[in-house]
Amino acid sequence: MSYLLFQVTLFVYILSTAAYAVYFYSQRKEIRAIARAILVSAGVLHTVYLAARYIEAGHTPLTSHHETVSFFAWSLTWGYLSFHWRYNVRNFGTFVSPLITVLMLIAAFSSREIVPLPPALRSGWLPFHASVAIMANAFLALAFCGGLMYLLQERELKKKRFGLFYSRLPSLEALDALNQHCLAVGFPLLTLGIITGSIWAKQAWGAYWQWDPKETWSLITWFLYAALLHQRFTVGWRGRRAAIMAIIGFSAALFTLWGVTCFMGGVHAYVG
Amino acid sequence: MSVDRIYILGVNHKTAPVEIRERLAFTGDPGLPYRELKVIPGCEEFCFLSTCNRVEVIFVSSQGGKTERRIREFLFAGRMSYQEAGKYVYLHQGEAALSHMFRVGAGLDSMVMGEPQILGQLKDAYRNATEQKCTGLVLNRLMHKAFSVAKRIRTETGIGSSAVSISYAAVELAKKIFGNLKHRKVLLVGAGEMAELAAQHLASQGVDEVIVANRTFARAVKMARSFNGSAVAFDELVEELARVDILISSTGAPGLILMKDQVKPMMRKRRNSPLFLIDIAVPRDLDPRLNDLDNVYLYGIDDLQNVVEINRSERDREAVRAERIVTEETLKFTLWLGSIEINPTIIDLRAKVEKLRDAELAKTMANLGNLSDRQRKAVEVLANSLVNKMLHHPIQYLKQEGPVADKRTRIDTVRMLFGLDPDRSSHRDPDSK
Repeated sequence: MSYLLFQVTLFVYILSTAAYAVYFYSQRKEIRAIARAILVSAGVLHTVYLAARYIEAGHTPLTSHHETVSFFAWSLTWGYLSFHWRYNVRNFGTFVSPLITVLMLIAAFSSREIVPLPPALRSGWLPFHASVAIMANAFLALAFCGGLMYLLQERELKKKRFGLFYSRLPSLEALDALNQHCLAVGFPLLTLGIITGSIWAKQAWGAYWQWDPKETWSLITWFLYAALLHQRFTVGWRGRRAAIMAIIGFSAALFTLWGVTCFMGGVHAYVG
Repeated sequence: MSVDRIYILGVNHKTAPVEIRERLAFTGDPGLPYRELKVIPGCEEFCFLSTCNRVEVIFVSSQGGKTERRIREFLFAGRMSYQEAGKYVYLHQGEAALSHMFRVGAGLDSMVMGEPQILGQLKDAYRNATEQKCTGLVLNRLMHKAFSVAKRIRTETGIGSSAVSISYAAVELAKKIFGNLKHRKVLLVGAGEMAELAAQHLASQGVDEVIVANRTFARAVKMARSFNGSAVAFDELVEELARVDILISSTGAPGLILMKDQVKPMMRKRRNSPLFLIDIAVPRDLDPRLNDLDNVYLYGIDDLQNVVEINRSERDREAVRAERIVTEETLKFTLWLGSIEINPTIIDLRAKVEKLRDAELAKTMANLGNLSDRQRKAVEVLANSLVNKMLHHPIQYLKQEGPVADKRTRIDTVRMLFGLDPDRSSHRDPDSK
């Protein structure tokens, strides 16, 4: 049952991505409204799927690779929609929706098997730590999309060759502000994720920090973003540099999520 | 009503140089045009539009030429002879007036094609005219139509979205960099006309402050006053970069006046906030390498020209679509006018036939003597249905769609056939020969 629900959700996400692409090309407002409606429906279906999975597994569905990546996509969807409610950034959806779809496809190709919870994970910290950490990733992903849009727009403005993006993307100022807003939400979440993780680690293994690869990489990511924010507030690092840093930072976050598990193992190995 | 009773008399930037338009500008008493125009004989409905680029009177009159003459005299207020004024004014009548109206509202007749301000000015003009009770059935409908046509053109074509002059291109680029231009500061260097125009356009977008720097300080002060801004000495130019966001340069200097090395340290002072440099001087004022600096965007006259060109080709495509909408709406409006034109004929026709029916019925009833209610009713129904059936085709014939000229012939035919204009039909009456 939940398997079918997941597939329907994935299909609706693909549909919304296609609609956003059509909107990007045609720039017709009706199509944007349709695309957004489809995305909202996908988000709702996804929420139902997560609830169904929770009931089926009997614990927070954030322990397997499928579950983590699917939750990542879910956070990204609602993170984007929540931003949409406060700020209007033209064509942002065109960049975010494919990322959501890619995550969902990755989730679709991972094992959907429900694995019994290992003893270390049987804790009230599981839903809290894991969801906060993944939500942080979602906002960093939004900053990444914003950074990408910034670089595309900036390139056309600097080169004075006005192509596909110039008229469709918002102003540099708006994209830079978007970057800052996403970081302002993402960074505290990331910090909270690390802190809750370390408290949980103390309870589970008796030490706050054990330089497990995942811990190390999340710390590296945290330092990257901390440096970016620090530079932003002190010397006014903005625009291109901030956009590039947001992209590098997100790559580090992705590496923490996948790379570490693939290449290094460690105590977080179960999510791989 | 005939469409030919609608006129537009006016002058605009295409037909009259600015000196002439200045002499026409009605800035003093806003009620004056209404009081003056209202008393002109034949001026049944009118609306008075006065902007910096145009003065127009849109009016409905059955006395055409006479009214037009009086309005023209009012516009030029004796400062110019009727003949001389003729060189600067245009007069549109009928369908031409309708299309002109729609084109004005949509900004198709503006100096910068598709600019949106004119619609607001037109709405204000209409509001004033209605407050002064100068409009009626036709103008109310026409003005509302002009607003909806403008809106339709704006939503269905991209005419308003592209910048088509150098200064508009500068504004568009500035918006792409800064988003909103409020709280931005502009530094104008030198006194080129085009730079001033660009600064004016930026100022109209609500920038915070315009600062002027010029070799001759007195001139800078004078220019700054026209922008409500401030003047700085030419030597302070580099220092000013710490606080301005947009710099427009057009000095007559033979060489570069601002180098990359001078601006680089200023970027740190600005905490890297973006700097938009516009160089409209020939030869150039600004070091082309400035564009290599992070968050600095340098545009020269050719770059701006490129933006204009891209927009122009796009605009030309959109203009064709906009003109099609104007033609379509003009036709629709003419049809509506035509329909109010046939209505009196239909009413006359019905009245005449019903009068005949009533007279014949009365006669017949008198002859038939005592009838039961049912019988009386049956005779009345018979007469009524005969009348309705007889009228059906003539009315359909009047309401037929088709060219206006044909419509007038049809109205004429029906009026003649049924003798609706007694004096006219009498001399055509064969018996009266």
